[in-house]
Amino acid sequence: MNGEQKSEFWRWTESAWSDPGLAWGTARCITAGVDVGSVSSQAVLAADGRILAYSNLRTGGDSSGSARRALAAALKIADMPESRVDCCVGTGYGRVNVPFAQRTITEIACHARGANYLYGPDVRTVLDIGGQDIKCIRCDGNGKVTNFLMNDKCAAGTGRGMEVFADLLGVPVTEVGDRSFEFKGAEPAAVTSTCVVYAKSEAIGLLRRGWSREEVLAAYCQAMADRIFALVKRIGVEPGLAVTGGMAKNRGVMDRLMRRIGSERMQTAWDTQIAGAAGAALFAQALCLAGGKKQSPQ
Amino acid sequence: MIAAGIDCGVRNTKTVVLKDGKIIGAGMAPTGFDADAAVEGSLTAALRRAGLGRREIGRIATTGSGWNAVGVADGRVNEIKAMARGAFFFFPSARTVADIGAEEGRAARLDERGRPLDFAVNEKCAAGAGAFIEAMARALDVSVEEMGALSLRSEREVRINAQCAIFAESEVIGLIHSNVPKADISRAVLDCIAGRIAAIIRRVGVQADVALIGGPARSVGLLSCLQRQLKVQQVLAPPEPEFGAAVGAALYAAEGPA
Repeated sequence: MNGEQKSEFWRWTESAWSDPGLAWGTARCITAGVDVGSVSSQAVLAADGRILAYSNLRTGGDSSGSARRALAAALKIADMPESRVDCCVGTGYGRVNVPFAQRTITEIACHARGANYLYGPDVRTVLDIGGQDIKCIRCDGNGKVTNFLMNDKCAAGTGRGMEVFADLLGVPVTEVGDRSFEFKGAEPAAVTSTCVVYAKSEAIGLLRRGWSREEVLAAYCQAMADRIFALVKRIGVEPGLAVTGGMAKNRGVMDRLMRRIGSERMQTAWDTQIAGAAGAALFAQALCLAGGKKQSPQ
Repeated sequence: MIAAGIDCGVRNTKTVVLKDGKIIGAGMAPTGFDADAAVEGSLTAALRRAGLGRREIGRIATTGSGWNAVGVADGRVNEIKAMARGAFFFFPSARTVADIGAEEGRAARLDERGRPLDFAVNEKCAAGAGAFIEAMARALDVSVEEMGALSLRSEREVRINAQCAIFAESEVIGLIHSNVPKADISRAVLDCIAGRIAAIIRRVGVQADVALIGGPARSVGLLSCLQRQLKVQQVLAPPEPEFGAAVGAALYAAEGPA
């Protein structure tokens, strides 16, 4: 196999960011949140409850290695030694594999808490669309979870499903959203298959029938939006809707989903993928203040 | 009486030619995007094997998801009936039969004359279908047959937790990266698929004998996993299981219009 030769259309850009204006040297409490997801991993550093840096990487074959890499990337961009971190909380699918975390907290709680920070206290519904699951979370003004629903059984409507589809069509996953609007004529009907495996066969059939890639993308984005909407509908949307996770960056699915929901989603300048890690870092802050201040073992 | 049955599936199109109730020829062609060509290809191959010309066929019946593409047919048999009839032809003792195709799975319970009493279909999810087995074999870099044989040599039970074919593939790649032996991964994959097939079969009720048709029934490892999960002595499979439904359709064709 020469996998190196093949273009990896599913690949998205890894990133790291730090707030140059935030002098953490005098901070009382520095905390870290690490979210190890099935597809991506993030680390967020917070100084006294304010985000000062983050990293967003692809999860590799081993979860603990990915957790370590994410934290190292955030520390590096913040120019901070690991010993400065007072408390770390792990979350996400691979949260049990964050070896340096003092505690683990479920991603449901972390996403609600993180969205409250990233989007502000008006958030009442958090829709997190991750690599392998969709979560619809209802929360109060403090980012506390009041109810949630989740689908983690099926790739339909998830980020991984979108990556597989992008690879099939040979369109970089980060361009899928915009490209899905670049066609002339009426919006095509959604791909009818629920299962991603079937949707792939269906898409190949459509291409053969002369559909443009853009039309197929539109039909698939609509199918994804419908799939997500089916979950959202079960729990109901209270206005103040924040979307987190990688799919929030895909306009093709988001615009179509919002059309179904019939409302607008909230906007943020933050990277939507860091919500879970942000929530974890903020929980770590609370732990730290509660006296659980510990040095990171490594 | 010479009759033919054509099973136009998602992946392959299969034709079986019968003479006086005996199989005298069979042919297969990939369905691809041109079902008409696949029908022609499989029919021509089957006739060549039978040593017959096209005009010698009395009647043709068709089945499978691409049946509407088959212009040459005299009639259509639904997939459940074709499956039941085909499996019962090979195994008159069968009371529970299942047909696993590339993308779909179905099961039926039969009476002592081979007529379906109840049936269940999965066409919503690819987990537990042939495409899933193929994808996993590809990830392991072995053929589907090799994967079956390998699985029988597994010494350690590994579990795949994902329900979805897409997620299971990621899990399998994870297992490969952590150097789990291919035999153990093969067994885990087949156990996972057998679990999905067993779930469809249980919906109609398990009554011995159990027979499986469709391409995946070629995998000895799958039959073994299914046996274990259904808690039956054995799961029967004909030597060329992918032709099972085509045989069923041919038997209906031989009977003439209903």
